Amino acid sequence: MAGCCHHPGGGIAHIGRYPVNPRRLPSLNAVVSTAFAIASGLIVLAGYFIVQTANGQASLWTNLRLTLLNWAIILAGFAVFIGILNLFQVHFKKIQKKQKGALYSLLLILSLVVTFLLGLVKPGQMEIIFTTVQLPVEASLMAMLAVTLTYASIRLLRRRLNLLSVIFLVTAVLILLGTAPLPFLGTIPGLSDWVRPFLTQVMAAAGARGILLGVALGTLTTGIRILFGADRPYGGNK
Amino acid sequence: MSNWLGLAGSGLVILSAIMMLALAFLRRKSHPVFRDIPAFTRLRQAVGLVVEDGSRLHVSLGRGSLTTPQSASALAGLALLRRLADLTSAGDQPPIATSGDAPLAILSQDTLQAASKFSDRTTSDPVGGRLTGLTPFSYAAGAIPAIRDEKVSANVLMGNFGVEVGLLTDAVERENSFVVAGSDNLTAQAVIYASAQEPLVGEEIFAAGAYVDSGSLHSASLTVRDILRWLVVATILAGALLTLAGIL
Repeated sequence: MAGCCHHPGGGIAHIGRYPVNPRRLPSLNAVVSTAFAIASGLIVLAGYFIVQTANGQASLWTNLRLTLLNWAIILAGFAVFIGILNLFQVHFKKIQKKQKGALYSLLLILSLVVTFLLGLVKPGQMEIIFTTVQLPVEASLMAMLAVTLTYASIRLLRRRLNLLSVIFLVTAVLILLGTAPLPFLGTIPGLSDWVRPFLTQVMAAAGARGILLGVALGTLTTGIRILFGADRPYGGNK
Repeated sequence: MSNWLGLAGSGLVILSAIMMLALAFLRRKSHPVFRDIPAFTRLRQAVGLVVEDGSRLHVSLGRGSLTTPQSASALAGLALLRRLADLTSAGDQPPIATSGDAPLAILSQDTLQAASKFSDRTTSDPVGGRLTGLTPFSYAAGAIPAIRDEKVSANVLMGNFGVEVGLLTDAVERENSFVVAGSDNLTAQAVIYASAQEPLVGEEIFAAGAYVDSGSLHSASLTVRDILRWLVVATILAGALLTLAGIL
């Protein structure tokens, strides 16, 4: 901020003759966090590429990589605790403001507190909550999803009537008919033993590999942008 | 063998990095033209509407843990969140970001706060970045009220999802609001294709930054990806031909 002064009236900073919004200047926190993130990223990357030394032992980079990843896992564990506090805060605010669905928020907070207390008092019994509450609820959501997806597939042609949508639906129907045995008919000859395996093992596998290669390239360029500090999902300032 | 693989891997990363820097430098003043992806065109329109009608934008980042390779799509989603928060800064209400991973929720809150700080917005939502659940379906169940009850008119679902994304797209459909959705997960992509208004197929989620003008490096990374894709195609074809000829 050399050569920087404050405007006597408005409090706007200047660099030389030019006015600068002080809120847009990178803070020390942003600079330090960016430097740490880039350095950590480079060390972890080097740890993947330089695995062994000439005498077959794990390289320094590999050891540093493992140490940094262990730190990241510990921090991620602590982040879960902060995330739970965030969840609590969101729903507590909802109850306070008597927003729509506040009753559900109250139920969520009560469940959270009961589960937390049970975890403290009887840690061995925690599994009961998962098997009697969490699993059935998630299983019923999965069942709902089956209906939702069937309905969505029916609406697909109304929403996007094109060749790809038609291929998508025809393939889905062929796979369903080829997978599930039909009442009184059993499996459909040709469909179950030839069409379905061809679609899943040749066509779908080839397409999936193409998509996964594209995703891998996307992952690579996203990582490089973060290493350059162009995308900074940490430290805020940009 | 591992040293050779390491060398090849590091060569690929260094080559990509050099190409990205060079392209970003060469194109710093020009505006590259990419093929039309209708989802991004409609996203821009939807963002404009969010600002005009005073509604909210909802960005869901999925549940890709930051310590796994699935984090890339979430990081791409975070970059898009930052850009969209900037674009909607003239609106009445800040965006909401939901996620199913705690570190991701913290980063999304940080991103929203940074966007708020750099914009002229006077208010920021202290709980704009939210953790809605830690399991796939609890995450979806927690994100649905945000879609339904918070005056949201545009939704962006971008990150690592599973089949539960179908519940989110269904909730959007019921609210008659806009949704653009993409994932790096193949199962989720199939669900999104069937149920979302504007699906992003394959690696299109990683192109989001270039399409919403996030900077020259985003545009350069998209071009580098295309170059690398052709290199991969050429390598696969060469490998197939060499195998056919009995050389490999």
